[in-house]
Amino acid sequence: MYDNPLTKRTAVTHEVKISARGVNVFYGENRAIKDVDVDIEDKTVTAFIGPSGCGKSTFLRCLNRMNDTIDICSVKGLITLDGEDIYAPSIDPVQLRAKVGMVFQKPNPFPKSIYDNVGYGPKIHGMAQSRADLDEIVERALRRAALWEEVKDRLSSPGTGLSGGQQQRLCIARAVATEPEVLLMDEPCSALDPIATAQVEELIDELREQYSVVIVTHSMQQAARVSQKTAFFHLGHLVEFGETGQIFTNPHDPRTESYITGRIG
Amino acid sequence: MTDIAAGPRRLSSTETVRAGLGRRKRHQIMLQGLGLAAISFAFLMLATLVGSLVMTGHKAFTQTHITLDVYVDPAEIPAAGLPRGGFRDVMTAALAERIPGVESRAELRALGAILSNGAQFMLRDRIVADPSLIGQTITMRVPVSDPYDQLKKGLIDRETPEAFRRVKDQEIAWFDTLMAQGAITEPFNWALFRNADSRFPELAGLKGALIGSAWALLVCFLISFPLGIGAAIYLEEFAPKNRVSDLIEVNINNLAAVPSVVFGLLALAVFLGWFGMQRSAPFVGGLTLALMTMPTIIIATRAALKAVPPSIREAALGVGASRHQVVFGHVLPLAMPGILTGTIIGLAQALGETAPLLLIGMNAFITSAPSTPFDSATALPTQIFIWADSPERGFVSRTSAAILVLLTFLVVMNALAIFLRNRFERKW
Repeated sequence: MYDNPLTKRTAVTHEVKISARGVNVFYGENRAIKDVDVDIEDKTVTAFIGPSGCGKSTFLRCLNRMNDTIDICSVKGLITLDGEDIYAPSIDPVQLRAKVGMVFQKPNPFPKSIYDNVGYGPKIHGMAQSRADLDEIVERALRRAALWEEVKDRLSSPGTGLSGGQQQRLCIARAVATEPEVLLMDEPCSALDPIATAQVEELIDELREQYSVVIVTHSMQQAARVSQKTAFFHLGHLVEFGETGQIFTNPHDPRTESYITGRIG
Repeated sequence: MTDIAAGPRRLSSTETVRAGLGRRKRHQIMLQGLGLAAISFAFLMLATLVGSLVMTGHKAFTQTHITLDVYVDPAEIPAAGLPRGGFRDVMTAALAERIPGVESRAELRALGAILSNGAQFMLRDRIVADPSLIGQTITMRVPVSDPYDQLKKGLIDRETPEAFRRVKDQEIAWFDTLMAQGAITEPFNWALFRNADSRFPELAGLKGALIGSAWALLVCFLISFPLGIGAAIYLEEFAPKNRVSDLIEVNINNLAAVPSVVFGLLALAVFLGWFGMQRSAPFVGGLTLALMTMPTIIIATRAALKAVPPSIREAALGVGASRHQVVFGHVLPLAMPGILTGTIIGLAQALGETAPLLLIGMNAFITSAPSTPFDSATALPTQIFIWADSPERGFVSRTSAAILVLLTFLVVMNALAIFLRNRFERKW
């Protein structure tokens, strides 16, 4: 993937997985996200970039209703997943989050065994009928997160004992174990060293085959490396959204150009 | 920025720093010195307290006993009359055997007073248990009464003029004779733990108070632990943050600071007055202590819940756990060491609490240990209160001994809290 010049990279257009229309997010009086419209495609990596505090993480957390846990936070507008309004009263956030997995900035494995970390989601959703079922789910998730070979002999040792990069891949395994359709990643590599980052990026590229991946990143190189689509946020606005190659080589908006060339941010 | 080459300016700033260095160092040394002085003072006070308690209290951990060969005279104790009989006379006669020349009734009575009042009942219990002993000579080791115990321990000054002394010259002579015969021993005072309260210091023990305290603490724990944790979880994890929850929070913090005597009055009015519960019962004591302990547990639990990193909650929510699964599956187990520490410290506080128990009558004079939480009983601190109030000399050292026992329990509980905290603390 690294040999592929940016300019030549064009995304095959897939079905729209998540669609946002006129989304506004308020923290009390403060409007953190301003009228964002975006379509996130299936089997595509979409990167959200932008300077600190521009609202990219906030918007990401709207997509699995993680903002619900913050009392003063309110979301206005329409966000649909497969055409269904995820903020509709009939939608249970628990059900939504089983479909839209999330990986966080800092690796946050549960202080439990590797097996229990991965098996927790399937267990609470009743996805495994027996222990053998669960074993299979755990193995599949760990393989998908490219961690199986490293941990298969010590599944019962604590997840917190792994290295930073392994912990983050464990968190990815935990997220994919519930068979989500969308995977949200909030700066998944910011706490990792370059080698671990490279492993996770490679993994993201593989995950694209099955999931719609949305990744928030501070690193423009990372966005350029892993994503097919890029959204540039600035001060709560979605300034520009398009194919990654176009955003990085030929941005339409002067703000995007300033950010990419390092003048703002 | 503008004049990097301007050497003198940079030098002057170093010198400004250097000029202040001495003062800063002095402040640091002064602060360290003050801290050290404060700690030394606190340590000295603690040493004085414990030292004085041990000095007075250690004497209560032994009890002077007398060993006698008792002829169980069938004429005095007929098998048919059990459990009645002339046990006291038999004991006095056994004592008179050792001291020749004591004939008159008055002298015999004075001699008999060497023995504890409980001696006759010990003989009775033994005979009732085994009536075949009647007619035989048996060896009995019984406590001596308080004045002679004091005499043995050197707490009665033999130089004091006889008129001001509790033990007369004649009686001291008898006691010395018995000592010379080797009949007097001073073994460990098991009665301190095996007996309940008594009017006679040599018979008084802490069993009733220990069991009473244990019942009260158990009731206190069973009520305050689940309720406290439940309240804390609701307030911390589920309650909306608004005026009402702020008001509740302020009130809980205030409740933790309310003097315990107020809780005692509340218990008196509500539990005894309205509900008509039994007075002096450890169950009511436990309820009262639970009122006091609950705010402590709520505050400790909330602090422990707050200390669980939000990343764990997010992780669980992220895979689709419901809020209650997040709390009970992840947050609560991680907060448990902190909760347990807070609970044990709250219970230790409850163990030492006196005022509320006084108000619900747990300072009654009760000579048997409670077998259920609904029997009348005392508790350790109220027992100390009763003994400290008793005029008999023997209770002085027993009060100190009881305080030492209470302090031991407190130290053990706090050590347990530290152990639990270290043992179950998780690192992220």
